[in-house]
Amino acid sequence: MRILIIEDDRETASYLTKALKEAGHVADHAGDGETGLNMAEGRDYDLLIVDRMLPKRDGLSVIADLRKSGTHTPALILSALGQVDDRVEGLKAGGDDYLTKPYAMSELLARAEVLGRRRATGEVETSYQVGDLELDRLSHEVRRAGKPIILQPREFRLLEYLMKHAGQVVTRTMLLENVWDYHFDPQTNVIDVHISRLRSKIEREFDGPLLHTVRGSGYIMRAGG
Amino acid sequence: MTAVRLSAVYFLIFAFGAAGLVFYVTNTASDIIETQARSGIEEEKAELAQIYRVTGIVGLVRSIDRRARQPGAGLYLATDATGRIIAGNVESIQAGVLDEAGSTPDAFGYSRYGEAGVYHKAIADVVSLPNGMRVLVGRDQSDALRFREVVRSALTLALAGMGALALIAWFIIGRRALRRLDRMSAASSRILAGDLGERLPVVGAGDEFDRLSENLNTLLARISLLQEGLRQVSDNIAHDLKTPLARLRSKAEAAQAAAKSEETKDNLDSIIGDADQMIRTFDALLMISRVEAGSHPIQKAKVDLYAIARDVTELYEPLAEEAGAEIQLRSGGPVDIEASRELVAQGMSNLVDNALKYGRSPDGATKVTIAIEETPNAARICVSDNGAGIPADKRSRVLERFYRLDESRTMPGSGLGLSLVQAIAGVHGGRLKLEDAAPGLKVVLELPKQAKDGAGNDDSGT
Repeated sequence: MRILIIEDDRETASYLTKALKEAGHVADHAGDGETGLNMAEGRDYDLLIVDRMLPKRDGLSVIADLRKSGTHTPALILSALGQVDDRVEGLKAGGDDYLTKPYAMSELLARAEVLGRRRATGEVETSYQVGDLELDRLSHEVRRAGKPIILQPREFRLLEYLMKHAGQVVTRTMLLENVWDYHFDPQTNVIDVHISRLRSKIEREFDGPLLHTVRGSGYIMRAGG
Repeated sequence: MTAVRLSAVYFLIFAFGAAGLVFYVTNTASDIIETQARSGIEEEKAELAQIYRVTGIVGLVRSIDRRARQPGAGLYLATDATGRIIAGNVESIQAGVLDEAGSTPDAFGYSRYGEAGVYHKAIADVVSLPNGMRVLVGRDQSDALRFREVVRSALTLALAGMGALALIAWFIIGRRALRRLDRMSAASSRILAGDLGERLPVVGAGDEFDRLSENLNTLLARISLLQEGLRQVSDNIAHDLKTPLARLRSKAEAAQAAAKSEETKDNLDSIIGDADQMIRTFDALLMISRVEAGSHPIQKAKVDLYAIARDVTELYEPLAEEAGAEIQLRSGGPVDIEASRELVAQGMSNLVDNALKYGRSPDGATKVTIAIEETPNAARICVSDNGAGIPADKRSRVLERFYRLDESRTMPGSGLGLSLVQAIAGVHGGRLKLEDAAPGLKVVLELPKQAKDGAGNDDSGT
């Protein structure tokens, strides 16, 4: 992916660039809002990573201006402001995701991956398939190797999200945000238990694991290996 | 209320004192007058005795007759042995007065010569002569009695006037002072509610109230300055430590990805886990201080507490089941209040988390119950467990930051969970209460239905 980082702090920017490059992406850097806006308009990026507080022009207005001029490159907002309402404000301005500083690099990479890949699959899919596991979004049916699997509504949504982002790492907070629609960090491993329940339903009695744990980051849905 | 009671007590004391004063003054005055009268009687008695010794009965009667006719004369009466009046200025006299010689113990009634039917009061001395004659020398008491009446009514009037004036003064001055006190106490209760920007009213009169207000305001300014400093320090510490922690975590992650041996990966995994726990603690601390300081007003919308409770129950249900516990949401209808959905959900999940962690039942069948109760103005989120509970004397302490009961020190957690819930209650203008669920602990998060502009809104501060 080609990613534009708009961030005024040099150290953070170089650290971020290095991490993104290691993850196999191409990253450009803009040091202020004005430059960032120009670069984002001038070149075709897969993802923008925008710091909220920027010199010359703040991050939210950069995104708002891009949206107004018809540029719909996904934008991930980074901010030191972590209040619930800051997040809402950021998403309202046209941001697609919001991450509070300081963040875990794995969290950022996972979110960047999901956001950047979103544009590639423009149309809405009605069914997902990973290996021999199938999920029909319209009839709410889940089958593996042709055998139906009964899931609770929440388990269905969890599986749906994981399958939609098959091959990408999804973190626990991403799951809580997208499946439960809450943005706080639960104290204990509540998500893990949901995952292990789901895992037992889709993996027990069947061949080969599909839902893998990625150490220190989260989970990934992937056929084989 | 106290002021009214105090005023009433003062008024009563004053009234008793005034009544006592009236009685004392009038009684003393009439005592003096009576004593004077008695000594006058004594003198005259001595004179008459002298006349009697020198001139005998005839001279005595003549002298009595002469004295009785003088203007402004006292009482004179001479009777023979049968009680017939032979001289004096008394027409009739209360029965029995002449029977005993010596001073009359009490005032008696009599009627003057030529004034038949009009009775006056008098005191007198009665002397009986060897031949059976009786001589009475007395002084009229009407003036003394009238004097006593006059003094008493004058004093009563004066005191009643003073009382009325005092009452008026109390109404005007006292009530004004009371109103100022009321305003001060209203301001201080707003300050207690967390609005340290509030100040006590200063009228500008430069009186005691103003001086008190000014001193307390200076004190408040210093407190809020110190508090602000403390908040900033803890904020800065949390923030400054969080950044290197996040870096540490990322480096551990990178090292883990590059590591070859499983053992190294496992070790790095536990480092990452520890770092996450610390980051979570700092997050909670930062959130508490932000929420408490009210530096950022939260946005409140209409939310259904029951729906949130259902979400939280569903979120924690598998975790509970794995731990051999049961979560039960007491059924109910939607309870709509004005609140922040995120914060309420976070608070509720903290409570459930705590109940599952620390509310383990000794017999193994842990049961956590969530109930949403509704009162006319508030909604109560009750989370109870059937564990060991918290002794009553430690209930307020567990709300303090980092406080942990000795029994739970070995368990994971930061000791910030309840503080955070309390801060969430505070920002909504609600409160957090710990009650006995017998057995177990019942935590009640009470939130007003209508959002109050409580500690969460600092813009109105002056």
